[in-house]
Amino acid sequence: MSDIPANGATASASAGPKIRMVDVHKSFGAKKVLDGVTLDVGAGESVVIIGGSGSGKSVTIKCVMGLLRPDKGSIEIDGQETTHLSGYERDELMRKFGMLFQGGALFDSLKVWENVAFGLIQGRNMARGPARERAMETLAQVGLGADVAGLWPAELSGGMQKRVALARAIAARPDIIFFDEPTTGLDPIMADIINELIVKIVKELGATAVSITHDMHSARKIGDRMAMIYGGKLIWVGRTADIDQSGNPYVEQFIHGSAVGPIKMEVRG
Amino acid sequence: MNFLAGVGRFFLAFLSHTGRLAIFTGVALSHCVRPPFFPRLILRQLIDIGYFSLPVVGLTAIFTGMVLALQSHTGFAGFSAQSAVARVVLLSMARELGPVLAGLMVAGRIGAAMAAEIGTMRVTEQVDALTTLSTNPFKYLIAPRMIAAVVALPCLVVVDDIIGVFGGFLVGVYNLSYNPAVYLHDTWDSLHTTDVVSGLVKAAVFGFVIALMGCYNGFNSKGGAQGVGRATTNAVVSASILILTLDYVITALFFSS
Repeated sequence: MSDIPANGATASASAGPKIRMVDVHKSFGAKKVLDGVTLDVGAGESVVIIGGSGSGKSVTIKCVMGLLRPDKGSIEIDGQETTHLSGYERDELMRKFGMLFQGGALFDSLKVWENVAFGLIQGRNMARGPARERAMETLAQVGLGADVAGLWPAELSGGMQKRVALARAIAARPDIIFFDEPTTGLDPIMADIINELIVKIVKELGATAVSITHDMHSARKIGDRMAMIYGGKLIWVGRTADIDQSGNPYVEQFIHGSAVGPIKMEVRG
Repeated sequence: MNFLAGVGRFFLAFLSHTGRLAIFTGVALSHCVRPPFFPRLILRQLIDIGYFSLPVVGLTAIFTGMVLALQSHTGFAGFSAQSAVARVVLLSMARELGPVLAGLMVAGRIGAAMAAEIGTMRVTEQVDALTTLSTNPFKYLIAPRMIAAVVALPCLVVVDDIIGVFGGFLVGVYNLSYNPAVYLHDTWDSLHTTDVVSGLVKAAVFGFVIALMGCYNGFNSKGGAQGVGRATTNAVVSASILILTLDYVITALFFSS
């Protein structure tokens, strides 16, 4: 069904892929969410997983991060099998990751700078002083001034919260960054600003990025490659430039946002 | 057959729920005794559970003490009422009503708040965010609350006992015209270590139960606002029932012989 083999090698993957998922399965009760997902993500590459609501996009990245444990299959990070890890080893692995959550997931009991510095202070035992400085630098990187640092998350607009959440995700300079619906709930202009920021920051950090979205505009902007998930499987994987010539009826329907076509929308999430 | 299937399903659900709770308790306890600890968070919880519960718990205690004095005075009319009243007020407060009423009030105040806060963090993915920032949610959210509740409740109950006895004293002296010096003397005479210690042990156990139920229900809540509401209700109801059940068990252990 796919034009390119789902686990096709990438240009930058000569030293082995950064993330390798092979035949990953995950069910919740009787509901099969992932039904054999196979995907390689090369170092420094930005891959966007697209698909409708309830198609298993979030579950895919939660499995890679270890927030969910797959029922079957293998997930390798830097060549290391990770599905069986727990405790200390899992904590060590988690240090490679940064994640931008869909709703921001900022801690509302902490000020903006404490949110950004959280991973440094709690996760890496950095002293509060240097951590605060690093938080300020990171806030500047996402275009926020020192005046925002002392505010509470609830005092910020949606777009500002997204920026702070982005700053928090990158404050510890992670190797791999996950973006969960980065533009959902933002106006088109703010969405574009966030897209540009993501592209800029991923480039600056030289990080590998895996994003999930159903916003095609955003997907085209931030992705080197795209993977379309449907029915728990990746039905098309290819370069962003090739998506308009996919020849795949599912992809065609999705990128044109048409109600008519082979895709049946999931009613239950 | 449908009836039997229903009973079976209920029983299986009960078992799996109990198992999950047992695992949760084990993991939470293991994080309570292993470093790193978060003194700042423990202190914040101590203030919240101990200090800010004082007005509610104090008010309950003073009126309970007052009503105890009034009722036992009626009951003991004709006997040597004065010394009996002092003794009944002290024993009831220290052994039973102090810890149980404080436990129930704190369950309503703190258990609900814990479930709502952690539940909201769960449904807004803040709990997942903690994990991605290399911070174990058990260590950061649950252990400080459990430690603080186990420490704070006995302290609250000491204050609670004193206020309750004072309430009885007020009614005794100003309403029933007892001699204040004799009332205090009778109270002092009836004071035994076991009574107070059993009350404090109860308080610590109730603190543990309140924090456990608040955290467990909050941590496992799902499905948005409704889920958080359900978690909060469950936290308060289950903590209250457990408090009353364990009160009987601990009383039996301390005083059965």
